[in-house]
Amino acid sequence: MLDTTALESFPSLISHGINVAGEISAPPSFQLPNSNDFDGFVKETIQMVKPAKGTTTLAFIFKEGVMVAADSRASMGGYISSQSVKKIIEINPYMLGTMAGGAADCQFWHRNLGIKCRLHELANKRRISVTGASKLLANILYSYRGMGSSVGTMIAGWDETGPGLYYVDSEGGRLKGNRFSVGSGSPYAYGVLDSGYKYDMSVEEASELARRAIYHATFRDGASGGVASVYYVGPTGRKKLSGDDVGELHYHYNPVTPSTVE
Amino acid sequence: MTKQHANWSPYDNNGGSCVAIAGSDYCVIAADTRMSTGYNILTRDYSKISHLAEKCVMASSGFQADVKALQKVLSARHLTYQHQHNKQMSCPAMAQLLSNTLYYKRFFPYYSFNVLGGLDSEGKGCVFTYDAVGSYERVGYSSQGSGSTLIMPFLDNQLKSPSPLLLPAQDAVTPLSEAEAVDLVKTVFASATERDIYTGDKVEIVILNAGGIHREFMDLRKTDAFTEECMFMIDLF
Repeated sequence: MLDTTALESFPSLISHGINVAGEISAPPSFQLPNSNDFDGFVKETIQMVKPAKGTTTLAFIFKEGVMVAADSRASMGGYISSQSVKKIIEINPYMLGTMAGGAADCQFWHRNLGIKCRLHELANKRRISVTGASKLLANILYSYRGMGSSVGTMIAGWDETGPGLYYVDSEGGRLKGNRFSVGSGSPYAYGVLDSGYKYDMSVEEASELARRAIYHATFRDGASGGVASVYYVGPTGRKKLSGDDVGELHYHYNPVTPSTVE
Repeated sequence: MTKQHANWSPYDNNGGSCVAIAGSDYCVIAADTRMSTGYNILTRDYSKISHLAEKCVMASSGFQADVKALQKVLSARHLTYQHQHNKQMSCPAMAQLLSNTLYYKRFFPYYSFNVLGGLDSEGKGCVFTYDAVGSYERVGYSSQGSGSTLIMPFLDNQLKSPSPLLLPAQDAVTPLSEAEAVDLVKTVFASATERDIYTGDKVEIVILNAGGIHREFMDLRKTDAFTEECMFMIDLF
């Protein structure tokens, strides 16, 4: 069953529950093309839309909370469409989502998730858990499985049970874990992250590890670049720790020492 | 048994380029007026710009039938908003409406590459740039359409400002004056016309500032250099 809470049915906007001329208003749904070959059509539109798969995002749990980091490049094929994309989305004051895959898919469904989380708070008089939020998103994405949306996201937050981190994707997968990296630059980020990770890190050490991992990924992966943003989620909420241009980080990590010329 | 493929595509690309630049108290939105299909020019005098709200203007390139449908949907939604809230929609609000409208057709997209320009609630210029399915970002300047790969690097060179993602934050407003920005837009379209066959004829420039809305046109090259030479030779006889 498709999740249609994100859609408004247009008749209801005008008539507010009173059916005009006694017509049955159609249930809200995404418009689909009248095509015999839906798969072929979807393939073509994917080519047209060219989701921004080029990205590096990562998140990990450590003693003090959750660290989340991402680059900021969006590419359409070989063209860099933006160097300043916000890939870490603030769902609410204590939960973050990361964006990888189709930019529009991630933006839209994270915004929708934020709305659902707020409605949960209002209905239940308590904040939603990270487990619950990630389940909501995973169920939505599962219902659209196979239709061509591309989402590889991590939901990171702090709830009553402590730090929480889930990986959710558009295939319908949902995994709980301590360390994730998603995107074309993820193998490079994993290399740095896995070798430097310790559970007992301070916030400064953890943010430096996250920053380094993103930097190294942007160095080797052409589809990642821009600004490396690092966020921290702790018991008091989320906080942006740093935003550094990766070009400048390169010279910070590899300082140029003047040498004598013969 | 191989799958049958459609002989007919619901989409076409009518070409064209759009640009928008945001300033401290103005916004410039521009688009060329050529509408083409394949190697044919359908008309040299087609407006790709739509005035959605008092302080909000949209320029769109791509498939103009989808663009027209999108403009109609947004105008209707704006009218409903005005009836319900007794005020005009702000540019950031219209920006999100456009994003949602585009995403509602995620599985049968509007083939429309949009650039939204206007003034925010503080009177500062704002530009929002979109992809075909609704992902959007507030930026200081943007270009979309067939000439965007030619125009964007030039705008980056002239206007590139510190990324809004940097911490500590650095101010990202264009230092240009309104007159300089309009001049830059004219230069940019003249250059794009030289190397992009789908951009040319005229550029329509809309300027939004505290004083209201102002529209001007500038002629662009209508033909390419080889054709000009041929025309010149024919005239001699």
